[in-house]
Amino acid sequence: MTLDPDAKLPETEEGTVVYNTDPLIIRSHYEIDYIHSYAQDSEFFRALGKKKLMGSKCKKCGYVYATPRSHCMMCGSETEWYELPLKGRVHTFTTCYFSGEEFLNETPFNLVLVEFDGVNSLFMSRLIGADTKDIYIGMPVRAKFRRNLKMNVTDVYFVPDVEK
Amino acid sequence: MKEKSRNVYMVAGGVTKFAKASPEMDFRLRVKKAFDYAMNDAGLTLADIDGSVASYFSDHFQRQLMSGIMVQDYLGLVPKPSKRIEGGGATGGLAFQAGYEEIASGRMDTVVVYGFETMSHVNTWKGNEFIALASDTNFDYPIGGFYTGYYAMMAVRHMYEFGTTVEQLAKVSVKNHGNALHNPYAQSPMKLTVEDVRNSPMVSYPLTRLDVCAMSDGAAVAILASEDRAFEITDHPVLIKGIGTGTDSMRLADRPFGEVPLLPNEKPSDYKDLKYPGVHSFRAGRMAAKEAYEMAGITDPINDLDLIELHDAYTSSEIQTYEDLGLCKYGEGGQFIDEGKPELHGKIPVNPSGGLLAAGHPVGATGIMQAVFMFWQLQHTVKKHFHDDYLQVPNAKRGLIHSHAGTGTYVTVTVMEAAK
Repeated sequence: MTLDPDAKLPETEEGTVVYNTDPLIIRSHYEIDYIHSYAQDSEFFRALGKKKLMGSKCKKCGYVYATPRSHCMMCGSETEWYELPLKGRVHTFTTCYFSGEEFLNETPFNLVLVEFDGVNSLFMSRLIGADTKDIYIGMPVRAKFRRNLKMNVTDVYFVPDVEK
Repeated sequence: MKEKSRNVYMVAGGVTKFAKASPEMDFRLRVKKAFDYAMNDAGLTLADIDGSVASYFSDHFQRQLMSGIMVQDYLGLVPKPSKRIEGGGATGGLAFQAGYEEIASGRMDTVVVYGFETMSHVNTWKGNEFIALASDTNFDYPIGGFYTGYYAMMAVRHMYEFGTTVEQLAKVSVKNHGNALHNPYAQSPMKLTVEDVRNSPMVSYPLTRLDVCAMSDGAAVAILASEDRAFEITDHPVLIKGIGTGTDSMRLADRPFGEVPLLPNEKPSDYKDLKYPGVHSFRAGRMAAKEAYEMAGITDPINDLDLIELHDAYTSSEIQTYEDLGLCKYGEGGQFIDEGKPELHGKIPVNPSGGLLAAGHPVGATGIMQAVFMFWQLQHTVKKHFHDDYLQVPNAKRGLIHSHAGTGTYVTVTVMEAAK
């Protein structure tokens, strides 16, 4: 006989955070670790550890992408890896004083789209070492790399390309 | 259109008052309120409805998958056909067009398109993070994932290419928040000056708090019908005259530098030295307009249209969109607002409702909210629904609604016209 009319859930002391009673509003917690594969983009992230910036070039039409993609947006053909110059120019910029929660403690920070000679598309990155008032479209910038990698796109960032 | 399909009409609409947070109702009840308003206005019962389209953007905000079927169930529409449509900020516009297709194809005679978003389940910072997950999570999000930042970079380039000024951006905010003073459904009606906009806290240079829309809770419902059904339901249905949808690359960095796809009122010499779209313009918006104009027979947009409700999540995107829609040439968007053309009493009122900036932006509801406000304008029933006819555009006969997803990845344009 396994039927037990005296069965009882164990009582716990965690409780729940209540923000409001009418309507009843409670705190509901959620977090998750993803097993994120960079898949066909992996080489870009590995190359950052070698202080290289890898874009891609279409094998068929020759279009060059600063942000890599393994197939060409223009003709649909396969691309090959293409090593980008480490010096470029600011194509456009902003300074963020607010952000998503994950980056709030980094504000204010500058975002830039970088253009490179001989490359058809742009690359988005952070620009450090310059205030909003110092940044201008066409400003020369150069790539720098973290020594201790995070294995994400922030392993590369840009600084003003000026003499000290 | 490759082949002629059935005519489709809008016959009723409903909207809840948009608010930063309205925890007294969940998404099901909110949609039910908008749905009942529309059903009562049209004198319809559940038996009249053949099916539905659900419009909502993010599963993260509610941490509830399959919210669509929960609404379908709550409204009493099961076991009728339904589907969910999602496309970022353009979710509402895409869902409205999916509803159009249900009727145009002959599959249904009466369809309900319901949209909703409940963004108040997380704080604004977390909401910004969720929205930023709609950017490339390998290359864009980790840099500082923040859509206002992406749009700000586009605005900076627009200012560089065309000489657009921050004061011109601010004028859009003044106009839209001011219009909303007369819209009882609006979240943020405000009487502002250009100085107020510039003096509010900087969010992402050059966009201030008042250049940017807020998070919202809200729902909106549009009911569409075939020609025969439409005229049985109402004496004043509104014809969906043309639809268009454009797309562009997910990453801003991948946008090409090519030629402008021309509208009938433009010529190649207008844009001799312009590299397009770059990051200054929304190619998807232009492509959507081009397709919708061809279908609706529009050759001179500013004269062929009487009013517009467009996706002004940012003041800069409203100015960019004047140009995409061909209301003025590329580069003239700033001057367009300086000349007062999009003001309520200007040449072509743009966002008489207050737009996203002031009416609110509960993402899945937004594009449908635009359809509802446009429907009431073209029916000349703004007074009935707003209890105030200040915003009624007197000559409103043909209007355009425009829905837009992150940095212009999906954009829809729909042309609507009063049947009489």
